[in-house]
Amino acid sequence: MPDAHFYSYDDFDRRLVAERVEQFRDQVRRRLAGELTEDQFKPLRLTNGLYLQLHAYMLRIAIPYGTLSSRQLRKLAEISRKYDRGYGHFTTRQNLQLHWIKLEQAPDAIAALAEVDMHSIQTSGNCVRNTTADHFAGAAADEIEDPRVWCEIVRQWSTLHPEFSFLPRKFKIAITGSPNDRAAVRVHDIGLRLWRNDRGEVGFEVIVGGGLGRTPMIGKTLREFLPKDEMLAYLEAALRVYNRYGRRDNLFKARIKILVHEIGVEKMREEVEAEYESMKDSALKLSPDTIEAIAQHFAPPPLRPKRTLVPEVEALKLEDRNFALWLKSNVAPHRVAGHAIVTASLKPAGAPPGDASAAQMEGVADIADAYSYSEIRVSHEQNLVLPHVAVEDLPAVYRALDKLGFAEANIGKITDIIACPGLDYCALANARSIPVAQRISNHFAALARQHDIGDLKIKISGCINACGHHHVGHIGILGVDKNGVELYQISLGGDVDFGHTALGTILGPAVPAEKVVEAVDALVTTYLEARAEGERFVDTYRRIGAQPFKDRVYATV
Amino acid sequence: MPLFREGAATPIANDGPAPVPLADWLQDRHGAAVALANTDDVNCLQPHLADLSLIVLHFPKFSDGRAYSQARILRERMGYGGEMRATGGVLQDQLPFLLRCGFDSFESDQKGFGEALMRARTLFSVVYQPTEDGRPTASQLRLVSRRIMATAAE
Repeated sequence: MPDAHFYSYDDFDRRLVAERVEQFRDQVRRRLAGELTEDQFKPLRLTNGLYLQLHAYMLRIAIPYGTLSSRQLRKLAEISRKYDRGYGHFTTRQNLQLHWIKLEQAPDAIAALAEVDMHSIQTSGNCVRNTTADHFAGAAADEIEDPRVWCEIVRQWSTLHPEFSFLPRKFKIAITGSPNDRAAVRVHDIGLRLWRNDRGEVGFEVIVGGGLGRTPMIGKTLREFLPKDEMLAYLEAALRVYNRYGRRDNLFKARIKILVHEIGVEKMREEVEAEYESMKDSALKLSPDTIEAIAQHFAPPPLRPKRTLVPEVEALKLEDRNFALWLKSNVAPHRVAGHAIVTASLKPAGAPPGDASAAQMEGVADIADAYSYSEIRVSHEQNLVLPHVAVEDLPAVYRALDKLGFAEANIGKITDIIACPGLDYCALANARSIPVAQRISNHFAALARQHDIGDLKIKISGCINACGHHHVGHIGILGVDKNGVELYQISLGGDVDFGHTALGTILGPAVPAEKVVEAVDALVTTYLEARAEGERFVDTYRRIGAQPFKDRVYATV
Repeated sequence: MPLFREGAATPIANDGPAPVPLADWLQDRHGAAVALANTDDVNCLQPHLADLSLIVLHFPKFSDGRAYSQARILRERMGYGGEMRATGGVLQDQLPFLLRCGFDSFESDQKGFGEALMRARTLFSVVYQPTEDGRPTASQLRLVSRRIMATAAE
């Protein structure tokens, strides 16, 4: 893929992935032949992204830093057709999940991924998972540096790491290069935030011990400023401390956040810095040449400044109200004049959040080829992004997305809901998430009303593992099981914005499934009546507190 | 438990000195073989490394990876050059990792373990992490080829 503006494999990467496919093929053969017990096979399939769920195997495909070429997206469509049921589910970790895979076909599906330089390595298991990034990376107007350069360096370092493949628990890293954090770095095991200090140098703030799950915690700063070339040495030191001292006696206390919580961030810092002292001048130190070689892959496409005021766009704005709303919610500023970042909404009214059919994936690939330098991003909010669109092409892109059903003008709005797969697929879930999301989506489908309500993030998880990030939703909804009945606990005030990162507070008793929509409606009505000029839902909540919301909800349901 | 060493597909004789648990060994430092729990601090062996010819590290379960860190600290930071043995939950699919961390003998009763050991070092022809096994990483090899290209261009 010489035309790509992000990392493309060389022979080394390709060989490793091919050898990994063969290793997995042999492991599946041994499992099917009965040479491996399910207990022995489980960690092997998991480190290849293969889960056993309620109805079938699920394959979780890594999309490093959420960046895809149109060629890769077409291959994902083909794989979902050939080995699954013709659709896939984009997740909050910028991955794609196929939920109906057959074990005996899994090696072939993974081999097909390798044809387009993709894999499913380490998308599960107690290892370093796929590193996530700002989905606007390399295009955002507010960016300091492209975080994907560093994600790729982490990807390579973490792939088949000999020391860190059997950690106490999974390990998630996120990197952002913008002051407006779109990668949720404070709720990851390690978050790295690029920033420029007083001397004009760019380095990382290293944040450790954040996470959601059953014990949600906001990450703490481990190192205020880390020189970029020392990133790997510092990560290796932190992972070694975690590997040695992280708890292994209780699955629910095994994440690094618990270690940091139990020993305190000062002690954690002391331990990591001591390890780091012995590593910082080792072969892990990144040479300028190595960094530059990776960075070259991410050279931006050759965009020339263009006119920002385009008559056709202005005319269509007056003519088509939905287009005008779409420009407001789904189009973000690009760093090159006359360009924009377009978010394709995978949340049309009533649809399962994050799902795309093979035909829709191919459609998005076609649009990317025509209008966005063949590049697509997956956002952690389960939408697809076209990062480099000329303003003059916005009407054409809007029409093309509309044909696919992906032009809903709802990004950041009440129906742009994050939801985990829930009890419809997942063996861990206590309750369904997708049908709840669908009902809320249908109830608030009117676009003008959504835009009047403004920015409001609803996040739904089907169990306390919190894959739907309910803790950081402005409105969080958690499915719980009470004596065989699915109930939903509502929390308010969560936020992942940098500087405002907060966990939501539970509103009151859980409500039955059929009352969730009424409860959300009551919350929205309370906000609309109480809001001051310019206030978002979460701002009003912070100002007036939970009581008015609580009174209204429990008077209603 | 069958004992394997790199270079042979069949088990070797386990007739060396019996390893002594760390706490006991530290008391009288008798013998040249010591066995560690994966919670033991390997640093206490620093002054005694020259006296040791075998260090046994333990995996209570294959999924408990603490001994990988112990192994790398012993090899890379402390410079231990004697035999380092993996015991407990030792399965063939861990071998590429174990070898890279510096283990060179293995107790395992898994069927096919010896054959897997013969293949393990070449199962992956590419590595990304610098470790004591000295294999050049992909990043180092790329650097070399860029330098050759640059020289050729001059």
